[in-house]
Amino acid sequence: MSDMTASQQTGFAAGLAHARYVLAANPVTGFAFGLFVLIVIAAAFGPYIVPYDPLASDTAAALQPPSAVHWFGTDQLGRDVFSRVIVATRLDFLIAVTSVVLVFLMGGLAGVAAGFFGGWTDRIFSRLADTIMAFPLFVLAMGIVAALGNEVENIVLATAIVNFPLYVRIARAEANVRRDAGYVQAARLSGNSEARILLGHILPNIMPIMVVQMSLTMGYAILNAAGLSFIGLGVRPPTPEWGILVAEGAGFMVSGEWWISFFPGLALMVAVFCFNLLGDGLRDIVDPQRRT
Amino acid sequence: MKRRDFLKTATATAAVSLLPAPAIRTAWSQSRQETLLFLTESGPNNFDIHGVGTNRPGYEVSWNCYDRLMSYGSKTLPDGTLSYDRDKLVPELAEEWTAGDMSATFKLRKDAKFHDGTPITAKDVKWSFDRAVTVGGFPTFQMKAGSLEKPEQFVAVDDHTFRVDFLRKDKLTMPDLAVIVPAVYNSELIKKNATEKDPWGLEYTKVNTAGGGAYKVTRSQAGTEVVYERFEEWKSGPLPKIKRVIWRMVPSAGNRRALIERGDADISFDLPSKDFAELKAAGKVNVTSTPIGNGIWYLGMNVKKAPFDNVKVRQAVAYILPYQKIMDAVMFGLAKPMYGAASNSASAPVWPQPHGYKPEIEKAKALLAEAGMANGFETTLSFDLGLGVIGEPVSVLIQESLASIGIKATINKIPGANWRGELVKKELPMIVNFFSGWLDYPEYFFFWAYHGQNAVFNTMSYQDAAMDALIDGARKAAAEGDAAAYETDVKGFIDKAFAEVPRVPLFQPYLNVAMQKTITGYQYWFHRQLDYRTLVKG
Amino acid sequence: MLMMVLKRLATTIPSLIGVVIVTFLLTRALPGDPAAYFAGAAATPQAVEEVRKQLGLDQPLPLQFVRYVGDLAQGDLGTSLTTGQRVSADIAARLPASAELTLLGLLFSLSIAVPLGVFAALKPGSLIDHACRVIATAGVSLPVFFTGLILVYVFYYLLGWAPAPLGRLDIFFSAPPTVTGFYLIDSLLAGDGEVFWAALKQLVLPVLTLGIFSIAPIARITRASMLAVLSSEFVRTARASGLAPSTVVITYALRNALLPVVTTLGMVFSFLLGANVLVEKVFAWPGIGSYAVEALIASDFAPVQGFVLTMAVLYVALNLMIDILYRVIDPRVRIEA
Repeated sequence: MSDMTASQQTGFAAGLAHARYVLAANPVTGFAFGLFVLIVIAAAFGPYIVPYDPLASDTAAALQPPSAVHWFGTDQLGRDVFSRVIVATRLDFLIAVTSVVLVFLMGGLAGVAAGFFGGWTDRIFSRLADTIMAFPLFVLAMGIVAALGNEVENIVLATAIVNFPLYVRIARAEANVRRDAGYVQAARLSGNSEARILLGHILPNIMPIMVVQMSLTMGYAILNAAGLSFIGLGVRPPTPEWGILVAEGAGFMVSGEWWISFFPGLALMVAVFCFNLLGDGLRDIVDPQRRT
Repeated sequence: MKRRDFLKTATATAAVSLLPAPAIRTAWSQSRQETLLFLTESGPNNFDIHGVGTNRPGYEVSWNCYDRLMSYGSKTLPDGTLSYDRDKLVPELAEEWTAGDMSATFKLRKDAKFHDGTPITAKDVKWSFDRAVTVGGFPTFQMKAGSLEKPEQFVAVDDHTFRVDFLRKDKLTMPDLAVIVPAVYNSELIKKNATEKDPWGLEYTKVNTAGGGAYKVTRSQAGTEVVYERFEEWKSGPLPKIKRVIWRMVPSAGNRRALIERGDADISFDLPSKDFAELKAAGKVNVTSTPIGNGIWYLGMNVKKAPFDNVKVRQAVAYILPYQKIMDAVMFGLAKPMYGAASNSASAPVWPQPHGYKPEIEKAKALLAEAGMANGFETTLSFDLGLGVIGEPVSVLIQESLASIGIKATINKIPGANWRGELVKKELPMIVNFFSGWLDYPEYFFFWAYHGQNAVFNTMSYQDAAMDALIDGARKAAAEGDAAAYETDVKGFIDKAFAEVPRVPLFQPYLNVAMQKTITGYQYWFHRQLDYRTLVKG
Repeated sequence: MLMMVLKRLATTIPSLIGVVIVTFLLTRALPGDPAAYFAGAAATPQAVEEVRKQLGLDQPLPLQFVRYVGDLAQGDLGTSLTTGQRVSADIAARLPASAELTLLGLLFSLSIAVPLGVFAALKPGSLIDHACRVIATAGVSLPVFFTGLILVYVFYYLLGWAPAPLGRLDIFFSAPPTVTGFYLIDSLLAGDGEVFWAALKQLVLPVLTLGIFSIAPIARITRASMLAVLSSEFVRTARASGLAPSTVVITYALRNALLPVVTTLGMVFSFLLGANVLVEKVFAWPGIGSYAVEALIASDFAPVQGFVLTMAVLYVALNLMIDILYRVIDPRVRIEA
């Protein structure tokens, strides 16, 4: 037992050292990590640190350009754009996180099972993934949200479903490679059940790769949710959400009130950018050979 | 045209024929003078108003490509803009007519022709009216509004004489003959293209114009454009000045504004009020705003649902709504306020007119307490996403105000496709909605919106015997010309509507149109679509 | 070879059946009541029921499905209620618009992404490598509708360089006679330089918007496969035998590295057609994406089903084509059956 801990610690320390090395060698990942911390802070404490109530209207101060009083200006109803952008972080972050966790639970597990067991399990899940792939994905997401109603849960679900095939494919390939690896054979010989091997040995081994994938799809999840909001299938007003904020400001763009959609759009872009860079960086740490 | 040919040869000689845009523009400027280009958000799904589910843009095609027996005259409003005149019927296909108590006889123009050259006869009129009252759906319904219900009512006396027999005395029969539905169709042409399954040829007229109106559709692509040419032999009025009309659908409001502002389009519709207000202020283009007759944005409360079954709750809501904020931040001043009257009793037998509610938080709280709801309650507030440009900010402001007296409203945006379905079900507790009646009479509005017959437009399910008596009384008085009784009844139902507030009027919106300065002759119509015939360019 | 293709086709049939069923169920689950929508504003409940009967929506779902599949078998995709046209005609008229836009977007992003990926691979870890990564990632991080809005604002509204974002052609031009449906090609075939130029100008902004979005995946895959090829033995041999570096990179490495790029293109194309939906909305582009969105919002079943089915068939066909192409280029590859 103590041996195990010791070896794990060395493993951990080595990992940390590797991470430090990667961060040093790759300043972009360090920058992305800094951004990520900022986003998490905004998501966690946003509502407590913003200067204005993000929902409070003030029609006397409507459509004001950015100034010292309103850093990002105000919108049509005089709401503070800065406060709305910051407060929206939590919802967008939550949508992204829950949808990737959900797709991991659905697609990741299905893919691992498909790769490990092969046969009918493989055929069913692979066919399912193929079928979803054959859809124009954004339209499928639209259809799901339109059919189930525009609630946050349905946006999360739709985003998870469109990412399903990707996760199945990756998890399947990884599990397939490992199904006959030495440690799996060893576990099998010592009398572990197949399910146990799957959950106890295969899954932990492919987790790092899945985590990288999750970080990469987080960005896509946010974009997807924002796109849905943009065509009117987003969350309920007046809840601030980046996609809706951009859509609300879109009509004001040509009359010169660029700030209403510019800043939320910027926040959206920065967040997605950060998740993507971070995913890349994580991949370098977890799996240096795979870097693309 | 010569210049264009020159350009063509010139460019053909060049190895790569890349030509700067301005040169093309001037080459085309000549045809541009006679071509009108205008923009709206969406286009027609059917060229025939008799079709199943024809949308508003489809009404516009109908209006311009078909003639009616009569049309409405025009008048100049106090602000100098032109509007149709509800009280004046003028000849269109009929040169003259005599209307008696129980029938009206029309003399048709002898020189009028359909687009294919066939002369227009009373037979065509009879066939067209039969069609309108038979096909069902909206056209039949609209005919009924003027007591036009049975084919037997329509008689072709001879080739150029046509008679309508009345079922009952109805003030709305003659006006109803000048709306869009009773258009005159080329019966022989349509019959040729009809099938057994479709005896009225609705499939044919859906994509073809088979009339004798001032314009005919020559090209169209659904959702993208409709192109009209003038019908050179049109006889039912002075020949329009515009030879060619191009109607483009541009979904983005921002683009529609940019296009009119930069002079690429002649007329632009369907912009948010803010854009119209700014275009007006900038003065580069003309913006004409006309209050939409008999049209009101309102907050409706479902009186069949607790707690809105309690009149005190409804009054409390009426005393907390942010009327002025809505006028300023949502409508940018481009609407007529429907609040701020001295009292809740009607000043004259006209509609719409403002009510006496204004934000008074103490009164609202007291009323809520009297209703036993001092701590407020939870409800939902719904709006039509299709009208979200107005519906959404209005809902957000109302939600905020309601919260100040403890009413927690969750906003529910309903996609346009579901909206009507939801209205038919009458389950929504609270809605922000718009309704306008084509025929601009108080009793017509109230008959649809407040009467116990519970039409779709009575979105509050409001039913009250005394209200029905007042509305029916006013309709009868109008038909009989009893001015005194009419005034009492109209004032009576308005007072009652204000006292019991099943719906709270918020404002009367304007129909706004942005036009280049070179465009004149624009006229407001009850159907709120564009009439190309009076427009002049240059 | 033919057997291979047929076998490969057979494997796609279950997917297509799945698409048909899922789309049917999804559209029927849309909350909108088309009957109420098309019965008109003033409809009574009876009138709504009448319209429902007319539209065949009063029948049980399995029956509706059988009817739908029956129509489908005859190539009938139904009629759109919003546009009033046959769905097949609508799609045929609009598909070239989307395809022209998407293909040019792809071409644009290839022209940027491939050199970017190659340079990044030549000097891994260098400044250009990091720049490649940042540019590619930034591109894919931009919401397309936002990019489109900004481009319209800057290049049309502020600077006036771009033409009005009003679809495929300036209003005072008429479309060239249809041969391929691609205005650029048709106008050249007709020898009409003015129309060609006008169509090209309309294409610039939407193509940029789409192209920027697809730089990332192509640049990444180019870089990766280039890296792999550069470290392979035959390149090392070529280098060792003293060939000029440029010859090694272009004739030896790049040609081999492009193979995986070709496979990715299929994925990216389908990805772009999806992104099209939003771009078409911003640029008033009369493509099939905007068509599907409008239909979906109006609960208009037939066009949504037709659109999804078209895209699915297109996707399958494209992948098949790429597989075959791949096999032709590289005979070592077996088509997986």
